[in-house]
Amino acid sequence: MSTLKRQSRAEAYRHDLRGYQMGFALAAILTIVPFALVATGALPAMAVLWAIGVLGLMQIVVHVRFFLHVDLSREKREELYLMAFSGSLLVVMIAGMLWILFNMYARMM
Amino acid sequence: MSVTTSPPGMSLVADHAHEHDPAANALSGFWLFMMSDLIIFGLMFGTYITMLTPMSFAGGPGPKDLFELPGAAMETAALLTSTFTFGLASLAMKYDLGVRRVVFWMMVTLALGLVFLGLEIHEFAHMVAAGAVPQRSGFLSAFFGLVPLHGLHVTAGSIWLVMMLIQIGRTGLTETTKSRIARLALFWHFLDLIWVGIFSVVYLGGIA
Repeated sequence: MSTLKRQSRAEAYRHDLRGYQMGFALAAILTIVPFALVATGALPAMAVLWAIGVLGLMQIVVHVRFFLHVDLSREKREELYLMAFSGSLLVVMIAGMLWILFNMYARMM
Repeated sequence: MSVTTSPPGMSLVADHAHEHDPAANALSGFWLFMMSDLIIFGLMFGTYITMLTPMSFAGGPGPKDLFELPGAAMETAALLTSTFTFGLASLAMKYDLGVRRVVFWMMVTLALGLVFLGLEIHEFAHMVAAGAVPQRSGFLSAFFGLVPLHGLHVTAGSIWLVMMLIQIGRTGLTETTKSRIARLALFWHFLDLIWVGIFSVVYLGGIA
């Protein structure tokens, strides 16, 4: 009984450890690729900017999933809703800010 | 019993289990703090992006003149590795792998955090020496509003780490210490998440 318990505990540890390792590996890849794109200048500037944006967002998802441990499970629903709400507030504020200020900038040119 | 112990305004939640766990409660509260911190960082990002026009450079240096890829890469590597080593400390704590292992990984994390701060201070000193000070232009004001704000957070996290190491030394890994370290872990991972935004928007976006 106790060995079984110990075994499942060791398994749980390995599972959790794999989570952190996976997160670290994915985050490293999602960091190295945009740095390499900028360093080599292999793509046109606009494509590089898009790649940086998309890979950055992907890495944020990786961090939330593997390091902050927020996923789609029921136990994490509270944190997920909190993040979704804060995120949507942020999108409204930043998008509104950029819209207004770049509009004024264009008018002043 | 449950009426007297659950916090007011929370008693409508059907599942009371987590309310009786002070550590889980404190963690939820910490999430609220982090999300308001996220809004502050987000608005600093917004301000920074509005200051990326030639007009805001005010004839001073722009991102292409100031930022260098190797420095940003080293800072990123230090912080990303530190978030992983903190994860190892959290695991050692969760699975009772011994205080020494927890302390070891926390010290590695602290060292990497200090490496990050050292690199960042070096970068700022370099900028200031070249005349790129906050009052030079709107762009530089926004830069020094955003990136050192993150640096201050890492400084606070490092002080917090030192305090936790002192507490472990004095009282060992008690439930209180564990609960505090769990919140510090959340804070540290959150700071790395903000850094993903900084290296993408400020450094990579600026140099590309």
